[in-house]
Amino acid sequence: MNLILAAAASGAPVPSGFHFTPALGMFLGFVLVTLGITYWSARKSTGASNYFAAGRGITAWQNGLAVAGDYMSAASFLGIAGMIAFKGYDGFMYSVGWLVAYLTVLLVVAEPLRNAGKYTMADVLAYRLSPRPVRAMAALSTLTVSTFYMIAQMVGAGALVKLLLPGVGYEAAVAGVGVLMIVYVVFGGMLATTWVQIIKAILLMSGSLFLSVLVLKHFDYSFVKFFEAVGKVPVAGPDGVIVHKDFLKPGLIFGLEVTKGWGPVDLISLGLALVFGTAGLPHVLVRFYTVPDAKTARISVVWAMAIIGAFYIMTTFLGFGAATILTPANISVENMSAPLLAKALGGEIFFAFISAVAFATILAVVAGLTISASTSFAHDFYTNVLHHGTERAPGEEVRVARIAAFVVGAVAIFLAIKLQTINVAFLVGLAFAVAASANLPVIVLSLFWKRFNTDGAVWGLGVGLVGSIVLIILSPSVMDPSGKGLIHAAPWFPLKNPGIVSIPLGFLAAFIATLMSNDRRSETKFAELTVRANTGLGSEKATAH
Amino acid sequence: MPDKPNPDRDLTAAVGAETDVARLGHSSPPPAHEQTADEDVDVVDWDRVAAMPEFGALLKAKAAFIVPASLFFVVYYFALPVLVGWFPELMEKRIGPVNLAYVFALSQFFMAWAVAFVYLRKAAKFDDQANAIIAQLGTPKGGQSK
Repeated sequence: MNLILAAAASGAPVPSGFHFTPALGMFLGFVLVTLGITYWSARKSTGASNYFAAGRGITAWQNGLAVAGDYMSAASFLGIAGMIAFKGYDGFMYSVGWLVAYLTVLLVVAEPLRNAGKYTMADVLAYRLSPRPVRAMAALSTLTVSTFYMIAQMVGAGALVKLLLPGVGYEAAVAGVGVLMIVYVVFGGMLATTWVQIIKAILLMSGSLFLSVLVLKHFDYSFVKFFEAVGKVPVAGPDGVIVHKDFLKPGLIFGLEVTKGWGPVDLISLGLALVFGTAGLPHVLVRFYTVPDAKTARISVVWAMAIIGAFYIMTTFLGFGAATILTPANISVENMSAPLLAKALGGEIFFAFISAVAFATILAVVAGLTISASTSFAHDFYTNVLHHGTERAPGEEVRVARIAAFVVGAVAIFLAIKLQTINVAFLVGLAFAVAASANLPVIVLSLFWKRFNTDGAVWGLGVGLVGSIVLIILSPSVMDPSGKGLIHAAPWFPLKNPGIVSIPLGFLAAFIATLMSNDRRSETKFAELTVRANTGLGSEKATAH
Repeated sequence: MPDKPNPDRDLTAAVGAETDVARLGHSSPPPAHEQTADEDVDVVDWDRVAAMPEFGALLKAKAAFIVPASLFFVVYYFALPVLVGWFPELMEKRIGPVNLAYVFALSQFFMAWAVAFVYLRKAAKFDDQANAIIAQLGTPKGGQSK
């Protein structure tokens, strides 16, 4: 995760001057195609349900690709490939949780959410709880998760474009990515965002597949030869002497020795944040409102799982391929492992293609984050908290969302440029921790616990949100005596991932606050919510086919 | 604007159509597809459905699959960091060209796909049960989508 950002700080040599390279050509091609889609979507995106939910007319396979495109960030594509290329097995183990987490989405969250909600996760909470306090807290949590995640993506994007397109500066790259995502979301709404994500997923999968095949071809399509090479990767030791290491051997990242005993616990804590947090990520959840019904939502999750799983399995070939064919000594920055491997095996044009894929990857993710943040602001906070659920003028909610998307984008560009030199990778972990500790507990308790009430939701969201942020600030990600973090001091909390503490904290706060309150009004509508969630009676219909 | 809005006709695509906004002036409820869950409370007699034995059976059938399936995947997944973290000698055992750690990590993907596949098949039965309940109610206004 921190790999992309490491690239930002490393300041790889960048030749000055602007050259037209194949990579730039492919970047521009992608931009033109997506702008065309945005123009087409803008003509269709009138009306709230079209703007926020693509008319609920997205099909299962389309949504599956879009979920995958929304979810697999450049940190997955370049970061995990780089992790495997430099640290071997542990990078692969790290990738597993990102897929397994979708089982929570599939089994617990996707269908009830689609059946009982409208545009945001707060719709389900506001349903039997007091709408204004719950929506205000949910909007706060959504905006926090989306902004943190977006800043991490944008800083990564700036660093990456700088590496892939020599001549384009960091600021220009961040501004370019930011302006494009604003254009997609403000003009094209959910429909344009969806298609950008679908195209990205197709590009990412075809690029990875082709690269994997090239790696296998290098080893004469023999898995035995491939893994033999993985068993003795030449690595420079501390004294500069080349030693051969078995990259299938666990322990280089999360091992007990390299982490002073905390590694496995940290990995479990990350796993908890993934398994609980993915089902609470606002930009993933909004995708389930774009399909006609719960059954389609369910099938789309399975599509997404097929794609995401296949992708992470392929990272084995990308990562181990870079480790064996290029060897770590010949890779400038961890994040460049996959693009450099593409260059070595497929030449300049394939390098350009993989670079364009990385660029598309970033854009699709930030566009998804922007639309979920602006939807939550307009629908939850502006309409339902400030204006008690009524629009004062036709189309106001959509107009507010468009303005919010513009503001969110502008703030993200500003912060990403300001934070250029700071390692902000921990913000991705923080986003997952907040989603797991604040959002997921209240979604689950609201759906399945009759006694759950407004106090429980407000406290659950609040404690989950604040708890995650405080624990991250006290963790080695921020408090680092070596000076790499924001605070130069020994960490107070030993784990980089706070989930193992913050998730129980979120649940506990929701549970205790519920029991401390005598509010039993929420129980009267529990039967209704249960019937809706499980049968789809009265659910939001599709408006476009 | 038509005199009697037909709730089933979709006007959303037309700019400024009445379906474009949730409610103007609070005079009438919004059309079915624009209502939030708590706006159309009187569409279905929810308590009657909740009390139906068929509905109880549906909830039971769902729980009977989802609870054990969730426990299974959580245990299977967290076994990976636990075994690799604290029992590295065991996980470094060779299996063909690779080791147990790699095989177990790879098996996680197939485990996730298998659980998803089994759930899809089970869920088709849950859909049938839910549709049977809806059929008993007749066709309510703003009923199930599609």
